[in-house]
Amino acid sequence: MDYAIALAVFALAVALVVIGPLRHGQQGEAAEEARREDLEAAKEAKYREIRDAELDHRMGKLSDEDFRTTDRELRSQALEILRALDELDSGQAETRR
Amino acid sequence: MTGAVGFACLTIGLLAALYAAGAGAYAGHTGRREVAVSARRAIYCLAGLLAVAMVMLESAYLRSDFSYKLVAQNSSTDTPTFYKLTAMWSSQEGSLLLWAFLLSAYSSLVLLATRRRLRDIAPWATAVLGVVAAFFLSLMVVFGQDPFARLAAPPAQGNGLEPLLRHPAMMIHPPLLYSGYVGFSIPFAFAIGALIRRRTDAEWIRATRRFALIAWTFLGCGILIGALWSYSELGWGGYWAWDPVENAALMPWLLGTALLHSVMVQEKRGMLKVWNASLVVGTFTSALIGTFLVRSGVLESIHAFGASTLGGPFLAFIAVVLVGSVALVISRLDSLRTEARLDSLLSREAFFLLNNLVLVALCLVIFWGTFFPLISEAITGSKESVGPPFFNRATVPLALVLVALAGIGPILTWRRVTASTLRRALTAPLAVAGLALIALVAFTGAGRSGPSLAMFTLIAFVLAVVGQEFARGAAARRLVSHESWPAALAALVARNRRRYGGYLVHAGIAVLLLGVAASSAFHAQKDVRLLPGQSTRIDGYTVTYRQPTAAILDDRAGTGAPLSFGAVVDVRRGRQHWVMRPSRNYYAATDGTGGAIGRFFMGDSTSEVDLRWGLRRDVWSAIQPDLTSLIAPIRVADRRFANAPGRVQALIIAALAERYRTHAPAATFRFIVSPMIAWIWIGGAIVLLGALTALWPAPEARRRRATSLAAARLGRELSRA
Amino acid sequence: MDPARKRRVRLVVALTAAVLLAGALVWASFGEAEGAASPSRVLRDRSGRPYQMTGKVVTGSIRHEGEKVLFRVRDRNGTASVPVLYSGVVPDPFRDGREVIVSGHMSRGVFVGQRDSLVTKCPSKFQSKPSGKTI
Repeated sequence: MDYAIALAVFALAVALVVIGPLRHGQQGEAAEEARREDLEAAKEAKYREIRDAELDHRMGKLSDEDFRTTDRELRSQALEILRALDELDSGQAETRR
Repeated sequence: MTGAVGFACLTIGLLAALYAAGAGAYAGHTGRREVAVSARRAIYCLAGLLAVAMVMLESAYLRSDFSYKLVAQNSSTDTPTFYKLTAMWSSQEGSLLLWAFLLSAYSSLVLLATRRRLRDIAPWATAVLGVVAAFFLSLMVVFGQDPFARLAAPPAQGNGLEPLLRHPAMMIHPPLLYSGYVGFSIPFAFAIGALIRRRTDAEWIRATRRFALIAWTFLGCGILIGALWSYSELGWGGYWAWDPVENAALMPWLLGTALLHSVMVQEKRGMLKVWNASLVVGTFTSALIGTFLVRSGVLESIHAFGASTLGGPFLAFIAVVLVGSVALVISRLDSLRTEARLDSLLSREAFFLLNNLVLVALCLVIFWGTFFPLISEAITGSKESVGPPFFNRATVPLALVLVALAGIGPILTWRRVTASTLRRALTAPLAVAGLALIALVAFTGAGRSGPSLAMFTLIAFVLAVVGQEFARGAAARRLVSHESWPAALAALVARNRRRYGGYLVHAGIAVLLLGVAASSAFHAQKDVRLLPGQSTRIDGYTVTYRQPTAAILDDRAGTGAPLSFGAVVDVRRGRQHWVMRPSRNYYAATDGTGGAIGRFFMGDSTSEVDLRWGLRRDVWSAIQPDLTSLIAPIRVADRRFANAPGRVQALIIAALAERYRTHAPAATFRFIVSPMIAWIWIGGAIVLLGALTALWPAPEARRRRATSLAAARLGRELSRA
Repeated sequence: MDPARKRRVRLVVALTAAVLLAGALVWASFGEAEGAASPSRVLRDRSGRPYQMTGKVVTGSIRHEGEKVLFRVRDRNGTASVPVLYSGVVPDPFRDGREVIVSGHMSRGVFVGQRDSLVTKCPSKFQSKPSGKTI
């Protein structure tokens, strides 16, 4: 008997929590939010790579020539990410207008 | 009531897990966000339910409610409270509950942390985690491993916690190990999601790397704590026996190490994708096998808990996971292959690949040796097994290569290393290693053991490389920032946590292996039978058995043992002098052995080792008291006082104990002098420090994330206005 | 050498190394392996081969004689038993009725155990011990 009551109570509680989003059609966080998070993470990672290359160069592990090539490549990749972020921002500005 | 509530939690939990699996898969397939959120919430609910279940079970233990089978099985009213609480996971059912709880808790944390990212992968990851949770829950709900099982006739007193487990280390050991195993399911789940969605970039790696590192750290700590317990608690004096269960924890750790290194290559160069997919599947599968091995009775092991009914379902689950994952990887091979090629063998990519190969080889060797009884039975028909000599011989060469790689790796850069860079970087460390080699051969006896000498030299090399990296990095900083040395070092580590945390881990492993090599190759051991007053010599120490000791309910370690017999031992070497008190705890037998008095002397007994730590060497002692002189009086006491009241019986036992003390019998001792064994634990601490450094979130990242969130919120609110 | 050929050479070298190492592994393991045997199997074999004998300690058979321990080991499910002479560390859980593994060989009717090879299995925590039916 205790078991049946507990079962019913828990089932109800879980169902309420779980079905909530389905009824409200909750989109969770907006799609742009998610894309922004992904881009931010990628940007952080790219910045770290640039810093790592700088450190390697200053410590003498990367020759000047290798460093120039790597640095240029990484910075152009970072610029692409920043450009994508800007598009996201301007896109949001558009919808706001 | 407790049991009903607890089991209801498990039942609804199973349904929640199944829902998460189904809804997650549906959300992943159709892209419907609300279903994904719903699935995620089901996992949160599962974590809550299992927390309640754990509380229910622990409350039964605290109350000493022996109508519950588990409580009667491994607790008693006289078990100290700390051990009452931790007794839960010394049983099959309780440990499954712990596993499931940790899985649901970690899954909840991860899904919460990644709820804004990886939108196409996260629902599939939720589904996978739901399936794994459902399996473990089904073991409890469907396959009879019910932690809340009741007894029709509750006994008046429980069995008490197994004496060998009455040690703090043994109680943290399972949660640490399970946290490790469970932690590896997170990258696995996200990797499966990424494969299903054909997301071949490194996003899933970036999102789950932290969790993989946390899992690796927990698993490593769990293994080390187990070794520490074995050394400081068992009357054997060793810390690693290549026992199947020990190996089963080591294999996922090795594969996890490979994974942590190999994913860096995918992030930087987009290479080794097939390797990473395979490694993540291998790590998780070996974690499952590890969990399975401990409870299946399939291999003869000191831990073999007898054949249980779980072998079948577990094997089936492992097979499904393995076959399914492999099929998925093969079906995505075209997406995983990359155009990029190794530019040069002298590059970080190449060495990480070599690292993978060595670690996998090490894992395979250990796997071969562990499962050899089954392999040989299949081939030759008879179950044969291999022991430590095989494992040592097979793993030492690979370990040497691994240490060498740990030294060279930090020196290399991506794509290629020029010869001049290599020369600049290697000169100092090689010189240090060379000097170390000469010093070892000239001034110590290390030359006696070739492999040890090689290992010591390589360790010196690794430590020199790590030191050089720190020094050169700080110097490079100072050129620009003109800080003081300490400030530069601190700033260097703070701004490059992953790299320097990793270097610390390398140093820690080197130190750990130093302890392993020195203590294995150069330890001295003596088993000797002494009468009080007699002495023996070991490795320059003179050890004298001064007098016997006997105590009632006075166990220093707080295990609740009624009787302890031991010795006071004098240790001298030159001007050093100290006293050791090894003893043996005796627990009353609960299975009918011995009479009313005799059962206190004939039950389980555990060795209470006395150990003197030292940076240069440990001195370890254990005693096996000889109770034969007490047998006759015990038999008399059993006859005369069988039905005497408890107080009288206690007095008789005390009198017998006193008799042991005054009649001064001989005792068998084991003394071990292990050089540098403490460095194993010190090395482990350094590894932990390095891992924590690498894990620590960078403050700038946190600030930037907050800023973007604020900006987004502003945008939303503006659009609503 | 063009890159494709270089790659093929590397692959061949790697595979050869792998095969050699695997061979060494197999050879080492089969050479060193000790057969596991029950007491009845050990009794049947008169050759004195080394074995890893597994079984249960016969109740009441344990005797300590100075540094040595004498006891009998019987089949897990049976009564055939073998007397064992062992010296070395005696694991903590060693008692009547416990499952043990000891390496050694038969010599003149007594199984002489290798030093420190006695392993006693932790009594099964994962099996119900108290009597009484579960509800």
